[in-house]
Amino acid sequence: MHEKELDLRVSIAGVILKNPITTASGTFSAKESGSFYDLSELGAIITKGVSNEAWEGNKTPRIAETYGGMLNAVGLQNPGVDSFILQELPYLIEAADTKIIVNVAGKTVEDYCSVVEKLWDAKVDLLEINISCPNIKCGGISFGTNPHLAAEITKEVKKKARQPIIIKLTPNVTDITEIAKAVEAEGADAVSLINTLMGMKIDVHSRKPSLWHKTGGLSGPAIKPVAVRMVYQVRRAVGIPIIGLGGIMTGEDVVEFIMAGADAVSIGTAALIDPRAPIRIKNELIAYMERYHLKSIKEIQDGFIDL
Amino acid sequence: MYKQITDGRVISNQKIAEGIYKMNIYSLVAAQKAAPGQFITLYPKARHTLLPRPISLCAIAEESITLVYGIVGAGTMEFSGYNQGETLRLSIPQGNGFDLDCDDDLNNAHCGKGRQVTLVGGGLGVPPLVALAEQLTKQGDRVRVIVGFREEPYLLEDLITLGVDLRVTTDSGRFGFKGTVMDYIRAYPLNQDYYYACGPKAMLRELSVYCSERGVAVQVSIEERMGCGYGACLGCVCKVQGSYKKVCTDGPVFLGKDVDWYA
Repeated sequence: MHEKELDLRVSIAGVILKNPITTASGTFSAKESGSFYDLSELGAIITKGVSNEAWEGNKTPRIAETYGGMLNAVGLQNPGVDSFILQELPYLIEAADTKIIVNVAGKTVEDYCSVVEKLWDAKVDLLEINISCPNIKCGGISFGTNPHLAAEITKEVKKKARQPIIIKLTPNVTDITEIAKAVEAEGADAVSLINTLMGMKIDVHSRKPSLWHKTGGLSGPAIKPVAVRMVYQVRRAVGIPIIGLGGIMTGEDVVEFIMAGADAVSIGTAALIDPRAPIRIKNELIAYMERYHLKSIKEIQDGFIDL
Repeated sequence: MYKQITDGRVISNQKIAEGIYKMNIYSLVAAQKAAPGQFITLYPKARHTLLPRPISLCAIAEESITLVYGIVGAGTMEFSGYNQGETLRLSIPQGNGFDLDCDDDLNNAHCGKGRQVTLVGGGLGVPPLVALAEQLTKQGDRVRVIVGFREEPYLLEDLITLGVDLRVTTDSGRFGFKGTVMDYIRAYPLNQDYYYACGPKAMLRELSVYCSERGVAVQVSIEERMGCGYGACLGCVCKVQGSYKKVCTDGPVFLGKDVDWYA
């Protein structure tokens, strides 16, 4: 069986991705990632978080490796939406024949709404609303940990957005299904989960936190079981599509997320380790499908036996 | 033609000082693309260590590269145990590297080859200066190298072999001048056309201020903890002319006068 006989397409809120592999926000650079592979091979590109004004980000160190994972506290450094539309987006559109999903960051409801309004005319297919970044002081995660605030922001952003919206959820909550249900009720078109788990590392030799920000977001294979569990729970709580992410390193990891209920997946830390990881993982997914004679992503989902 | 993660083979890997190792790696791809001041990232094999480790190029030969690294964690600990013949995964050389000419907009009176240049290195900032000294010597610059260590010097023979004018300092005074490289430079002021430096940030800052006061240019190679090492994660940044630049792809070499040392 060849790749063309397989149907890798998936639909996220009516937008058809040619395959379920996307780039996790903050782990992709059109110029740098694009120097390692043809970006058109991706199902979609999810951009680094874009805010209304330029954000400088945190001081360094911003990265610390942990056992089977890594902490980051970049702090959403980005040039702001105006610069993004003028400089980065045209480059991305030119470089990649695939769907573009812009990750939107903010500190207030108005922030998120301004970014979304400015992207109204832009050639962007979907918006991913980041209400779950653990590395900024206000906004971000505080919206994502409270069902009422999450619902409120979904409602307001939905009013201003031309494109369908994906709400990116944090795992740093007692019950993620409550948040998922709250945003679905206010019109979220899809959800993506999980963002990073808040963590900390101390350098016992210098006797200081390893990160300047002290705490950071844990990603990588260490968090995968948490992510799979949450995708599984959210799949059973809401009807909207799910983009699953958290520690995916292989094609079989992708299958695991799809079986748990994801419609598409994002590759993050794996791509920081090996820039070509999204393509390798896509090929491994195809190999899995061939091995089990599966012709579509739906068949993988349907094949899951939930004892 | 897309960039690749490439592979290599250990030719030799020996301890050259306490906790410091020198590894010669056969890798045609890496060697052919390498320039002084660049680095490669080397992949540890233990599954729990995820990120490739950035290590500067100490020497560049036709078919091999030499890395000098200190044991600072699980990854470099693993590297130190490699024997001859061990196969490795590594990135091709990354980063801008040193500019071997001087920049025209520096208004330097002694542009071009045949300059009197000084290379200043501290600790694990010394290795990239070896490859740099070799190139500068080849192109006809008169090269002086001032290297400082806490206690135990290394790579001195590699530098002496190049025929450079070598000065050594140690914090303890166990070897060479007692004090830091900056103490040395202040004690023995030099008339130099150009400086290159690599080492701890405090040293680079002091040297940059020193050079600015004298109207002499300095290129500094900055060390910062990295994530991906290829420009995607924004983990390793340094404030340069008012905004954060990526050390891995915009750097690691910047002009000392452009770095916002007190940011």
